[in-house]
Amino acid sequence: MALSQQVRAALDPDAALIIARYPKARSALLPLLHLVQSAEGYVSEDGIAYCAERLSLSEAEVTAVASFYTMYKRRPVGQYHVGVCTNALCAVMGGDAIFADLREYLGVGNDETTADGKVTLEHLECNAACDYAPVMMVNWEFFDNMTPQSARELVDKLRSGGGAVPTRGAPRLCSWKQAARILAGFPDDQATGGHTAGPATLAGLKVAREQGWQPDAPAEDHE
Amino acid sequence: MSTLLTPELSARWDEPDSFTLAAYRRAGGYRALRRALAMEPDQLVQMTKESGLRGRGGAGFPTGLKWGFIPQGDDKPHYLVVNADESEPGACKDMPTLLANPHALIEGIIIACYAIRAQQAFIYVRGEVLHVIRRLHHAVAEAYDAGLLGSSVLGSGFSLDVIVHAGAGAYICGEETALLDSLEGYRGQPRLKPPFPAIAGLYASPTVVNNVESMASIPYIISRGAADFASFGTEKSKGFGIYSLSGHVTTPGQYEAPLGTTLRELLELAGGIRAGHRLKFWTPGGSSSPLFTDQHLDVPLDFESVAAAGSMLGTRSIQLFDETTCVVRVVLRWIEFYRHESCGKCTPCREGSYWVEQLMQSLERGEGSDADLDKLLDICSNITGRAFCALGDSIEAPIKSSIKYFRDEYIEHQKNGGCPFDPAAATLFAASAGGREPAR
Repeated sequence: MALSQQVRAALDPDAALIIARYPKARSALLPLLHLVQSAEGYVSEDGIAYCAERLSLSEAEVTAVASFYTMYKRRPVGQYHVGVCTNALCAVMGGDAIFADLREYLGVGNDETTADGKVTLEHLECNAACDYAPVMMVNWEFFDNMTPQSARELVDKLRSGGGAVPTRGAPRLCSWKQAARILAGFPDDQATGGHTAGPATLAGLKVAREQGWQPDAPAEDHE
Repeated sequence: MSTLLTPELSARWDEPDSFTLAAYRRAGGYRALRRALAMEPDQLVQMTKESGLRGRGGAGFPTGLKWGFIPQGDDKPHYLVVNADESEPGACKDMPTLLANPHALIEGIIIACYAIRAQQAFIYVRGEVLHVIRRLHHAVAEAYDAGLLGSSVLGSGFSLDVIVHAGAGAYICGEETALLDSLEGYRGQPRLKPPFPAIAGLYASPTVVNNVESMASIPYIISRGAADFASFGTEKSKGFGIYSLSGHVTTPGQYEAPLGTTLRELLELAGGIRAGHRLKFWTPGGSSSPLFTDQHLDVPLDFESVAAAGSMLGTRSIQLFDETTCVVRVVLRWIEFYRHESCGKCTPCREGSYWVEQLMQSLERGEGSDADLDKLLDICSNITGRAFCALGDSIEAPIKSSIKYFRDEYIEHQKNGGCPFDPAAATLFAASAGGREPAR
């Protein structure tokens, strides 16, 4: 897929905003790669050329960076990127079983996309939600305490457009491309919606409240 | 009354709007900033030193000392870079902190920047956490609108810009110099130290790199005083911190407590190991910290005591595994992780992680031999201390400690011609999972 003149023209103002955030232009490379991924769903040769051009780098220099980071995809990704954590703790808690079951259920291997273009399945490394293991991520939103059964129901919903909602995240899932745009530094309007804390996040606070272990009230300041 | 838990950072996480500026202010937020702006920057550095706060990102370096290393009166711009790249297997405290209370971080950032005389700060947040990133952008935008960021913060004449920068999936970027390279638009590979970031960090300028929780602890120290903070914890590991319990525990989650709390105490609060099971092994500080067993329940979880017992406090990422878990399988997964995340810059880590992975895989399949265990340890000893950064050293931690405590289990795999454990028994949804129901 080539980046059309139209797409490039649409990207230009955003790219300029990204570059302007940084004291040195090259710092804009990671967000620019997220930006071209938001346009095409992956980082294409054209996307690489676009970043190189914006930052006066060679395509080789940009490729060296793009290929280092796992979130940049070199092939088209489905509408939903479905990740299953299979790092040690999640694997033991059921991530291995979930990933094996989903591969069979969806008929795809790791880093492959279903024929309807809806779901790309990938196993993930630790996603900083171990207290909710086993964890899955859809377009980088948390789906906590999963089972093989709830994982099947989740991908069914994604494929039928049935409105899967993150366990801890935005009120509605955005597409893979929209997610990449947020990563480029252009958030959508969902920040104030959705969840703030799940039960594991609050586990210690709950015990403390039950025991009456409250923090002292802060001293009043003279403002 | 002595309290086992000290919810300070986590005190308001159960309020539905806790992430907003309004909620943060309701609880006294940004008063520490007013107090700080009325002080001399050097006083703030001194106060942070006196509090005894040590970096909450794992290494435990004294935060105030780090700030004090920034040369003053030079002509270079200074930078603060917040390490929000939380990716250590087991670590899961900073992401919930940012989801529920990003303003504690922002207030800490402003105070730190004023102290080190930086006018620009970057929050390097791992990319795989979309809602956390939304909340960070939202909090930064709220802070600008309220005059807490931008030119002349609260009319003080001190100006500060904060940029939220999303990573793109690379564990190594949690290493501070790799993070700086990544932030400069390069592959995230660690730099040779010295020079340390305080002298030549971001864009070769003096830079402080601090963890999220360290920064979020600053407002408390400034508003309550260094002595108050230092009254918590142990002699050399002062203050409180978030302990993250995960795995085969009845109530996993975040438990904020004084440093020096023991696992026995934490487990009591968390309902113990899941019903019908017993603790087999655990990590005090994520996968890079050597394993502990049920012999270590009473080790005070502070920097010194954990080190004296042969491991590392790290990020207080306590992963608990009961007797249904195969230790060889767990260690293999961590090794596969390190091999995958090795940045490739230095030979011991790049090649060593590859060979160690091959050996571990063959041992897990039951195809290894006793000699392979010695070979594993030999390769590990050639990685540790010879790698460019701590990732290489991390490879040895789970291998050496698991062989030390569970050598028989490796041998059992050989005798059995494969893993003797039933992986289904260890899952959250196993019939014997001890009454813990999946949340949904």
